[in-house]
Amino acid sequence: MEKRYWNEYVKEIADDHFFYERSCIRQTFFPGSEAVFLKILRNDLGKDIYDSSHQHTCTGIGYHSDVVPYETTMTIVGRLFSLMTERGYKNYIPSCITSFGLMTELIETWNENPAVLEKTRDYLYKATGRSFDLPENIAHPSDVFFKFRHELKSKMKYQLINRYTGKPLRGVDHIGCHYAKIFPKHGIGNAEFPHVLAGMIEAWGGEVIDYPERRHCCGFGFRQYLIQENRGYSIANSKKKLESMEPYEPDFIISNCPGCAMFLDKWQYTIAEMEHKTYDREGYGIPVFTYEELAGLLLGYDPWTLGVQLHQVQCERFLNKIGIEYNPEDKYKGASGKILRTPEKPKNLKV
Amino acid sequence: MNIAIIGAGPAGIEAASALASKHKVTIFEKEERPLSNIRDKAFLFPDFSSANDLANKLEAKIANENVTLQTSVEVLDIRRSDDKWTIVTDSNESLNFDYVIVATGYKIFDARKKEELGYGIYKGIITSIELEKMIKEHSILNNMNETPRQIVFLQCVGSRDEKSGNNYCSKVCCVTAVKQAIEIKKQHPETEVFIYYMDLRMWGEGFEEMYREAQEKYGITFVRGRISEASSTFDKRVQIKAEDTLLGTPLTMNCDLLVLMVGMCASEGTSKLCKNLGINGLYGFADSKSPHIEDNLTTMPGVFVAGSCKRPMCINDTINDARSAAITILNYTK
Repeated sequence: MEKRYWNEYVKEIADDHFFYERSCIRQTFFPGSEAVFLKILRNDLGKDIYDSSHQHTCTGIGYHSDVVPYETTMTIVGRLFSLMTERGYKNYIPSCITSFGLMTELIETWNENPAVLEKTRDYLYKATGRSFDLPENIAHPSDVFFKFRHELKSKMKYQLINRYTGKPLRGVDHIGCHYAKIFPKHGIGNAEFPHVLAGMIEAWGGEVIDYPERRHCCGFGFRQYLIQENRGYSIANSKKKLESMEPYEPDFIISNCPGCAMFLDKWQYTIAEMEHKTYDREGYGIPVFTYEELAGLLLGYDPWTLGVQLHQVQCERFLNKIGIEYNPEDKYKGASGKILRTPEKPKNLKV
Repeated sequence: MNIAIIGAGPAGIEAASALASKHKVTIFEKEERPLSNIRDKAFLFPDFSSANDLANKLEAKIANENVTLQTSVEVLDIRRSDDKWTIVTDSNESLNFDYVIVATGYKIFDARKKEELGYGIYKGIITSIELEKMIKEHSILNNMNETPRQIVFLQCVGSRDEKSGNNYCSKVCCVTAVKQAIEIKKQHPETEVFIYYMDLRMWGEGFEEMYREAQEKYGITFVRGRISEASSTFDKRVQIKAEDTLLGTPLTMNCDLLVLMVGMCASEGTSKLCKNLGINGLYGFADSKSPHIEDNLTTMPGVFVAGSCKRPMCINDTINDARSAAITILNYTK
């Protein structure tokens, strides 16, 4: 891999005082990610971030599935922005990559058509009595980690180094389509090879794998997975990517999209069940993390508090390669300290 | 009359040779040698004649006491002073002339801007300029220094492309790819050659015949469709993703070399000089007064334009346009 022309392309990312918008689905898929993002920002980076208890969906999934009209989406996002406005924040960071893509699209629409913005303001005011300002800065939380990646590195307890070989761990980055494919200018490194996750991997001691299907969609596309009959398209895309990355023997995958991280993880179980195929030599699969989980692990947060045990591909082999400390007995303990039910073991994918 | 010509490409040289019988001509060339773009080529379409022979013949035409060739000299500015035009060079010289011909030519589109095509990122992805050098040196090799099994050409890289900001057709790439594909087959008959195109614009005499011959005699495969993405494979080959728009199907294929047919853009020199003179046109090219009978005149009296500084042009058309510029000046001075 040689140099990239657009690698130096960066966008403006606010420095502090963020309004955080949670995702509809991430807390189910990766229950510790949003919580640890807030902790890292507040405790490790000393930033001010507001997490409103009055927030709600951005309608992104419904919008992209053609079940929520654009006008409705605009009004609902207007309400989210009103929550930011009334708390005095100007820097908006939506946890979900689809929310991020949707909001950049809405703001572009409103900038191009001020009359549409006025209509949205009118709809929201009539419905709720609320008003809103547009964010001065909108970024994805992965952008924020990218911006502070070196500062985070200085606080990390571990690096992406194989403690047995001393070599960098090799990671696959997977960028959600809605990050920069809608508006390349909103992606660090532009649209083709966004540098946002690769920059984290490199800064934290790892090596990025460049494989032929690196830019291919994971298959999460809403129309593909919402209807069960279409899910073959979805798994086919993930399979294509996994097969393409397999010869490079990745140690891990990270993603900044809820759907990508979930599907690249869970389809490994499905493919193993359907075809007896796994994508590492020993049959355990390739562990998939969110960027918050990866940062949290390297900073020394407890893996089980981060929720990585809820992934399909289990992470102990990855933790052992780095030397991250964990207590196997705590893996399925709940917050009360009681052992919760343990999951059934898959037939073909080793855990 | 004293006439300055900026650029010693085919336009500048031909115009100089046509004017030298009646006028003193000074040619300014920023490169070390004149006609370097032609000399970099192996053979010329449509007759596969030697590019070097043409360059030698053109250069011989300015062996005239009325022609002065200054190489490695860059013209920084052209200014009006009284009834003369003052040329300012990078060696701090200021020289006065009665007329100026801008013949600054073109530059090649920077394929790195099309990051999805992997140029400058992956080995095995080259431009048509680099392939021409390989053809000339009989060194058409892949990454592993082996004869390539498959070579893929992609047309319209940086031409007819809204994303790169160049909506125009570069005019010479279609036929150049056909010429180069035939050259590959002549040197390596066993290599499979594919040309991905939007539509083939075989506008010149003999071009259509070359295109037919490429298919019938050399077995070159033409695929109507765009390549959306190129990447490197585990075994160091190039994977391309494309759509065959005749079959209506997406496809993926591997090859040893992906050749990007890079278009022609206005050179920095052209854009800068023309902007200073107020004769800048679309896409940074020079603007002539009108496209029909005043195509070598500009809105600046005494400043003329010739060749591919105006728009993409093949060598034949460039030479004809330079003669036209010379005739325009000869009539202008009567």
